[in-house]
Amino acid sequence: MEGLSVADANLLMYLHPSKSRNVSQSILRELGSLPFKFNETFDGVLLAYDVNILDKQAKILSGVHPYFGLRLKANLLLFSPKPDMLLEGKVVKLSQESIHVIVLGFSSAIITAENIHGEFKYRTKDKEELFASKSHKRHVIKVGTMI
Amino acid sequence: MGLELPKYPEMEEDQVFNFTDSEIVSHVKQALASVLSGDNNSYNQLVGVMHHSKHLAPDEVALLETTLKALAGAVSSIDITYHDSLLSAIFCMSMWNYGPHVADALAELIVSLAISNGKYLDLCLGMLVSNFTPPPYFLDKLKMPHGLERKGQVLSRVHAAFKKIADYVPLAPLRLLTIVLQGMPTIYHKDRAIVIYVENMLKLESGEIGELVGSTILMAVVDRLIELDVEIGWDAILQDDFSKGIFEMELEDVDDIEESAEPDVGEFRLSRKSLAGNSIAELLDNLLVLTFEHLESCEREGRLAKVFETLLQSFQFVMFYACALDPENCGMRFATMLADLFVQDSQPQPTRMSAVSYLASYLSRAKFLAASSISSMLKRLVDWCLEYCEAHDGDINPNAHRVFYSGCQAIMYVLCFRMKVFVDVPRLKSELLIPLEQVLKHKLNPLKVCLPSVVEEFLRQAKAASLFTVCKTFIFDGLLESELSRAFGGLERLDTFFPFDPCLLKKCDSFIRPMFVFWSMVKPTHDDAFDDDDDDDGSSDDYLVQDFVNENEDIMNDEFGKSFDEQGVDMDDFDYALKKMSITPKATSNYKFGGRFQEPARMPSRIRPSTSPESL
Repeated sequence: MEGLSVADANLLMYLHPSKSRNVSQSILRELGSLPFKFNETFDGVLLAYDVNILDKQAKILSGVHPYFGLRLKANLLLFSPKPDMLLEGKVVKLSQESIHVIVLGFSSAIITAENIHGEFKYRTKDKEELFASKSHKRHVIKVGTMI
Repeated sequence: MGLELPKYPEMEEDQVFNFTDSEIVSHVKQALASVLSGDNNSYNQLVGVMHHSKHLAPDEVALLETTLKALAGAVSSIDITYHDSLLSAIFCMSMWNYGPHVADALAELIVSLAISNGKYLDLCLGMLVSNFTPPPYFLDKLKMPHGLERKGQVLSRVHAAFKKIADYVPLAPLRLLTIVLQGMPTIYHKDRAIVIYVENMLKLESGEIGELVGSTILMAVVDRLIELDVEIGWDAILQDDFSKGIFEMELEDVDDIEESAEPDVGEFRLSRKSLAGNSIAELLDNLLVLTFEHLESCEREGRLAKVFETLLQSFQFVMFYACALDPENCGMRFATMLADLFVQDSQPQPTRMSAVSYLASYLSRAKFLAASSISSMLKRLVDWCLEYCEAHDGDINPNAHRVFYSGCQAIMYVLCFRMKVFVDVPRLKSELLIPLEQVLKHKLNPLKVCLPSVVEEFLRQAKAASLFTVCKTFIFDGLLESELSRAFGGLERLDTFFPFDPCLLKKCDSFIRPMFVFWSMVKPTHDDAFDDDDDDDGSSDDYLVQDFVNENEDIMNDEFGKSFDEQGVDMDDFDYALKKMSITPKATSNYKFGGRFQEPARMPSRIRPSTSPESL
């Protein structure tokens, strides 16, 4: 599946002074708020990370709140799908109008009728909705299929 | 201008046509598509159907249902800009206004819309959350059977819709959580709305997506409880009238509240009577009942231990009840957590002092705790105090040794309530009381610094049980507090902090009552013991204490352990003890004990809303 990548990142994290009591916990918590959201910096969605603190020393920023900056080295698993990439997902819902797919367990995608290949025709068989290929009889898309 | 009943062009009044679903759907699609080319007629008719909600005739109901179903099939044709009037009409609809079939169709439409495009997700979730509460005109009907039926019907569909959306859009619960928290009515809204909103929140917690959103929701509910608690008559409580003893009678007998004399002018006594008219108190009461019932259902489902971890940060009577439902696990976990907080040097002073006050009040009041648990906790406290004494060779100094003094006071307070436990078991007596004696006789002199009322009562009981001899005379003149105790208690008056004093709220008190130790239940009959001692030629030490006791006996009898039955109860004189109900002192922001100390930091192993602040 395209779109998945592993990246090495040098991060600089700024923490509020109140977090200085338990720095590693604060780092993990901050990083914990990142996954499953699109991140501009990473140009993708963070899925998983592994982090190391580079330096025990941290620079304190001058200003109203003396935040301190920590250097971290992290290994990141990113998902950055771009147009025309091939992705894989599981079908969770089918209707005449659309196919609903879940990619990587967290991302929902929808394929509307216009985008479904003409080869597939919507059918209801034994109360089950599916898209069947006109050319290959066995080729069927229904709930639970990986596409 | 009246609303014209919209008709599909092909339908005539006298003719009945059977249209297939797909035909209707394609008609709707056409209507939607035509907007893009400027022809709004059929589209406007559609919007009209959505708006028509009151006093619907059966055929209008059928029309609405059909339209909704058709729209559900045509969601891919809905455009957020061109069809915004339709969308706002849909999102304003309230399921409370309709019967089951229309509600079904509406729910289906919302679900389809939510999963069709990320743009609609928040709006759809928002619409569902706004259906937690009925429209204003319906609030009165909630108590009636018809209202209850409608409520069940609406809420089951709303929660089922959440589940369906979460199935197709895995990250939806994250969004839902934010929306639910933002939509929470403040305590200044009509109270019935918040009660039913909280009911929905708790339902979410126990529902299928509960695992993902549960703990944050529980915390939000508890936060609201705390807010309400702080609101209750605090301005009135800030009277410095401490003339009543801590161990004075407590209100036990609900039925015997007399219509008694007005309180003294200029004094506001917090009593059940005075709370009766307080709508905020009523609101808190109702919410607590909901929470207790929710805990009960958690217990039945075997989930209490998990839920408890979240609750550990929460409101004290909720904690009390949760512990009572499972004394061995939850009950001990709570006590251990408090003790841990107390002994940790790294915690700030007020935190440690509050923790030990909570522990003391809890150990005294929890009927469900085993004697062994109590004694092990006490031993821990005593051992810590002894260590402290040995490490600090100073003289009496209330300010410098605040944590120590609060620990000593805690021990004495618990022993006032639980003396029987120790008197009966000789092993405990030696394990606990010998080190305790050392602590009390140390140069740091806790007996002089701790709250006089507690010290007096403790000494009296100790004397009666012949625990040890006290060589100094402590003449307090029936003082409740002293300069020294105020000094160690500090601004927050942690010397007088007894969080688990009897619950004043009527409804939830009925939950708490069976597991609560009232003072009169454990009040010793030490008057008899004194009579016996009169004959003894005790040592000069004993004599001194006894003299002191005899001199002050009248005062003490007035102030301490007067049982409810013994005198003509003046219920209006709701004492000091009750003023201490659920203290969350106003300066709560500084060390919110009921708040959050530790948020668990975990790497998301599955999709879990973050508990960290997004940015500081």
